[in-house]
Amino acid sequence: MNSNVVHFEDLGHAYRPSRWVFQNYNAQVKRGSTFALLGPNGCGKTTLLKIMLGALKPTKGTIKVEGRMAFVPQLFHVTFDYSVLDMVLMGRAKHVGVFSQPSAADEEAAMASLERFGIANLALRPFHELSGGQRQLVIFARALVSEAEILILDEPTSALDLKNQIVVLDWIARLSHQDGLTVLFTTHHPHHALAVADEVLLMLGEKAFACGQAGDVLTEENLHALYGVDLKLLPFEHNGLQHETLVPVLPHLDRKKRDFGEGYKSHA
Amino acid sequence: MTEATIEEGAISAASAHKVLFTQKYGWVIPLLLGAAVLLAMLASLCIGAYPLPFGRAAQIAMHLAWPFPMPSNPPWNIKELTVVQVIRLPRVLLATLAGIGLGMSGTALQGMMRNPLVGPDIVGVTSGAAFGGVLAMLFDWAPAGIIAMAFLGGMVAMFCTFSLAKLARGESNSMILILAGVFIGAFFLAATGLVQYIAPDSVTRTITYWLLGTFVGADQQKVWMIAIPTLCGGTMLMTLRWRLNLLSLGDLDAKTLGINVGVLRWSIIALVSLIVASQVAVSGIIGWVGLVVPHCARMLVGPDHRRLLPTAAMLGGLFVLGLDDITRSIVKAELPVGVLTALIGTPVICILFWKTQSKGWEHE
Repeated sequence: MNSNVVHFEDLGHAYRPSRWVFQNYNAQVKRGSTFALLGPNGCGKTTLLKIMLGALKPTKGTIKVEGRMAFVPQLFHVTFDYSVLDMVLMGRAKHVGVFSQPSAADEEAAMASLERFGIANLALRPFHELSGGQRQLVIFARALVSEAEILILDEPTSALDLKNQIVVLDWIARLSHQDGLTVLFTTHHPHHALAVADEVLLMLGEKAFACGQAGDVLTEENLHALYGVDLKLLPFEHNGLQHETLVPVLPHLDRKKRDFGEGYKSHA
Repeated sequence: MTEATIEEGAISAASAHKVLFTQKYGWVIPLLLGAAVLLAMLASLCIGAYPLPFGRAAQIAMHLAWPFPMPSNPPWNIKELTVVQVIRLPRVLLATLAGIGLGMSGTALQGMMRNPLVGPDIVGVTSGAAFGGVLAMLFDWAPAGIIAMAFLGGMVAMFCTFSLAKLARGESNSMILILAGVFIGAFFLAATGLVQYIAPDSVTRTITYWLLGTFVGADQQKVWMIAIPTLCGGTMLMTLRWRLNLLSLGDLDAKTLGINVGVLRWSIIALVSLIVASQVAVSGIIGWVGLVVPHCARMLVGPDHRRLLPTAAMLGGLFVLGLDDITRSIVKAELPVGVLTALIGTPVICILFWKTQSKGWEHE
């Protein structure tokens, strides 16, 4: 079995002729790894996800995806007020014949998946009344019940408060390490990628990208090149384990003196 | 390390209770409605200028449904048998089947287009079918020709609607689809008007009355004309009813769940066109049913199409049959049923729209 589940070579996409969103991108995603895609707004993160999902054809290059995919969109709206159980049950679509209805076994699988995420008590509640974090877990449960091998998430923490961001990141790590799923996600938070991703793709520009181990790619220099702002990489120890995080550096602010420097005076 | 958990959001107990009720007892409602439709059909056989007791009507109906020869000494007279067999039963069957078809079609379209404000008359299929039908009438074609032309018109209208939406890069955007449907519907209505204008006076009168929507002149042939497409198309839609849930999530989501969105969508369009075309061919335009009935059904059993589709079918049958009974009994001049569905449907949809908007539909 190939160790790479996603493999793209010389990949490029343009919505209009010669207006490239990105081109000449190369990367591999290893089976069972957590892979983060980072880049500023408009760099083509969602476009790249859509190409992986088969919703868009690349303008040039080749992409190979081996394995069943499940997608967790950035914002999840449903027009009709389905119950949580109905939502998760939809993950069984590939296991239910075209002219058939889900069986009791499918319902049991959906309930087991909800239990796995600790939200079985929400099974009969209307999906649209759940909080953002609960919705995200329901969509995770749906992805798990679909028996997908690759989980693709578009900015999974973007609309969540801090606590729910941590819950979602924790589940990303668990799904990858405990369930062996390949998790691929886009994010605007480099410290989230640093916390859970094994490998990272930085979309630096139309032709420029950096891809590799999270520790090697998420450097202060690369992140400055990506966002145009300074970020400081700080090592710390927790429960005897070595970690790293990233903090933004505000160039004119001295936190000790609580003094706003020259740069802020014009806004006063 | 403590395990992080998601806090419970604000969830109203009333809505949770409602979902629990529909999840547990949702199947009972379409079954009860099915029984109500049968009873209403029997009751409708008694309504009319010639009075007929319920028991007698039921006996005759049982005899007609029973595939055995007539008893030598039946409890009914030949007049009663003729009234039921030739006049009332075809009309009752026609109205019920039209309602069932429209209820199912509206529900399928609303699910497919992810918009509860869609109906066959809004996306242009009714206008297209009407145009096909009047064209066949202009050339004095046989009833089979009318139904074939109505089907063709409905399909062409739906194809034009989706093509126009695709040109605007919005084939998966329900609002663009609706706008495209309104444009195409307006075009086919204008074309229908043109046919009425150029047709001879006698044909124009027939077309005008037919377009208003009526079950007058129901006969066995018309019953077969609507029964075969509605039962075949309806059965196919019933087998696809869970897939409508998936389609209602949006194209990208449905695709990643493993659905062939294009094939499924066109299959539903073809089935809806077939059902609506057969209804338009035998009884003209009966508007609003496909828009109002799915709302009422959703209030009864929730949005899951596994329960919603049969509920909407039964409710549609009950609604149209009830209105037809009113037109042929209370109103002496025999008002076209299409006029009554519009007169009742408009305020009902306004109230439902106000109620649902105040609760807050989630839009794209």
